[in-house]
Amino acid sequence: MPAIKSLEELKRVREEALAKKQMKAAPGNVQVIVAMGTCGIAAGARDTMKSVLSYIETQNLSGVTVTQTGCIGMCEQEPILQVIFGDQAKVTYGKVNTEVAEQIMRQHVQGGMPLKDHVLPI
Amino acid sequence: MAFYRSHILVCVDPECLEKGAHELIDALQDELVAQGLLKEIQVLETSRIGSCASGPEMMVYPEGVHYVGMSADDVPFLVEEHFLKGRIIEKFREVHKPVVDEELGPLRPKEVRVVLRNCGEIDPMNIEDYLAVDGYQALGKVIGEMTPENVIDEMIRSGLRGRGGAGFPAGKKWALTRQVQDNPKYMVCNADEGDPGAFMNRRVLEGDPHSVIEGMIIGAYAVGASYGYIYCRAEYPLAVETLNLAINQAREFGFLGNNILGTDFNFDLEVRVGAGAFVCGEETALMASIMGQRGEPRPRPPFPSVKGVWGKPSNNNNVETYANVPQIILKGADWYASMGTARSKGTKTFAVGGNVAKPGLIEVPMGITLREIIFDVAGGIKDGKQYKAVQTGGPMGGCLTAEHLDLPLDYEALAEAGSMMGSGGLVVMDESSCMVDIARFFMEFTQAESCGKCTPCRIGTRRILEMLKKICDGKGKAGDIEKLEDLCHEVAKSSLCGLGQGAPNPVLSTLKHFRDEYEAHVFEKRCPAKVCRKLIRFEIQASTCTGCTVCARNCPVEAIGGERRQAHHIDVNKCIRCGICVQVCNFNAISVES
Repeated sequence: MPAIKSLEELKRVREEALAKKQMKAAPGNVQVIVAMGTCGIAAGARDTMKSVLSYIETQNLSGVTVTQTGCIGMCEQEPILQVIFGDQAKVTYGKVNTEVAEQIMRQHVQGGMPLKDHVLPI
Repeated sequence: MAFYRSHILVCVDPECLEKGAHELIDALQDELVAQGLLKEIQVLETSRIGSCASGPEMMVYPEGVHYVGMSADDVPFLVEEHFLKGRIIEKFREVHKPVVDEELGPLRPKEVRVVLRNCGEIDPMNIEDYLAVDGYQALGKVIGEMTPENVIDEMIRSGLRGRGGAGFPAGKKWALTRQVQDNPKYMVCNADEGDPGAFMNRRVLEGDPHSVIEGMIIGAYAVGASYGYIYCRAEYPLAVETLNLAINQAREFGFLGNNILGTDFNFDLEVRVGAGAFVCGEETALMASIMGQRGEPRPRPPFPSVKGVWGKPSNNNNVETYANVPQIILKGADWYASMGTARSKGTKTFAVGGNVAKPGLIEVPMGITLREIIFDVAGGIKDGKQYKAVQTGGPMGGCLTAEHLDLPLDYEALAEAGSMMGSGGLVVMDESSCMVDIARFFMEFTQAESCGKCTPCRIGTRRILEMLKKICDGKGKAGDIEKLEDLCHEVAKSSLCGLGQGAPNPVLSTLKHFRDEYEAHVFEKRCPAKVCRKLIRFEIQASTCTGCTVCARNCPVEAIGGERRQAHHIDVNKCIRCGICVQVCNFNAISVES
């Protein structure tokens, strides 16, 4: 990326970033987001992330984007994982250990049915 | 037992039966036989799955795929696609209404997110995520449309005050640094968040590092600085890593370095890692540490705006203050000033901890009451207990009681009540907390963190701690409370920096609001909350004890005796009051007396 040298370029870079963001939210694409702040990592988010990635690999899933984010503010519920189908509202799960992560991948990401038991505090 | 690779559960509720569930089951069986899959796939009947209205419905495991509206004619297609080729047939798939956050109730009512707006929403390691949420647009606006004076005016009008705790208006500080005729000038970001239990800044640094960096660049443009330091504590390794990555990305995109956005404005930035001293959160000690010197404070004036890093004018704000800046520039000072009270504008992040149902990091508008924070945002007191006190402002703050619950939060209101805003720690305590013990806990922290440069803090905090320990141990004498109070006032008045000046606050505020607890410890040798070990004893109630021996077996010092199936008893001379017996007793037969 060459350095931005004018306001017009800054605007263009923003448009490009927005377009990339919208691509992730395209219908048929699923975003899986793992919260990887210090609190999440301490609670085991790295293992959760590995579990998600290995599920995608073994099942050969396509159309799933896995990203990370920071702390959401509910550290006692970590590891936190979020699932977004296309442009729909996000579903946030708490205390996602490796087993729950696999269950979410199978039942929600692949099967389309959210796991109500693990959705964050009612 | 036969092993099936798939199970098909077909709903046989009346509604689905009417729509042909039985015919569907028969067709499935026939097709499985025809394809030779009968030993691999099992067809079962089940009750309602959830969508009889669009039935007949079925569920396929292990995938958990919910199919609806299929007729017997579709079965060969289904078996071929799904069970032979492994493809899910989208056109028969039940579309589930997603479970949205709103349906589950807003996660935290009354929150307003300005500083935390992107935390948990974007990928902090990817600058494009930040650019997509208007990242660096404020910088573009500043450089394209505003003079440094305009920026400072806007900041002053917004009413943003230093979020590190002292609450000095950020715009005025920028103006002071700008006025000084000396170059180069430095921007400093205080990311040495050391209060126990407070980690609001870590969340911003790890979750949205670019907002802090953008705030610092805008500040540099306004005060005329050419270089900056982010002083981050070593205990935040992930924050340091995220910041360094973000700085490199910002440099690559041309937001840092020479000729930013094609203008003649130059600014660059580096992270300095602290070595774990709490006192380095004090600005003069922090700057000494940046320069590689011992992290000790020095008397002010001269203030850092005049003589800071390398003896040059330096503008120091904390993480949260800088993270507010881009939003104020983008949305305007009036928008920001519309939130909060007359004296304190905008929002504030808090780390709510202690005995609350929903602890966590929150951001609320200034002027909200403690009651709203504790009972609405944080879900009230845990386990149905009674609220007793809240400690605000970290180890140098004060304890506030039930009478302060309706206090609207702003810098002055908290100071008038004998506490302070601090950086935003809120520790909520219920009836089972002993206030003398709490004061002792915070004093232990500040005493250990005193740098030792000035006598009142070095020796005073140690003497205060010794007196508190004496009182907790039941060795207090008449006159001790008054002596403790005098010493606290002296230390607060004569210490060099904020650490010593604030250290006595937890003692003074608990003395003010909970003097009766101190008196109970001193005169009656009693701890009303039954916390202080030397003042309590454990007793087994003979009427409820079943003689199960679990307490005797778990006692680390063999202080519990008694025959099996007979009431047990505790030898008070051997007992070390560890409380293990209370935890292991299944019959609540052990009580704590004071």
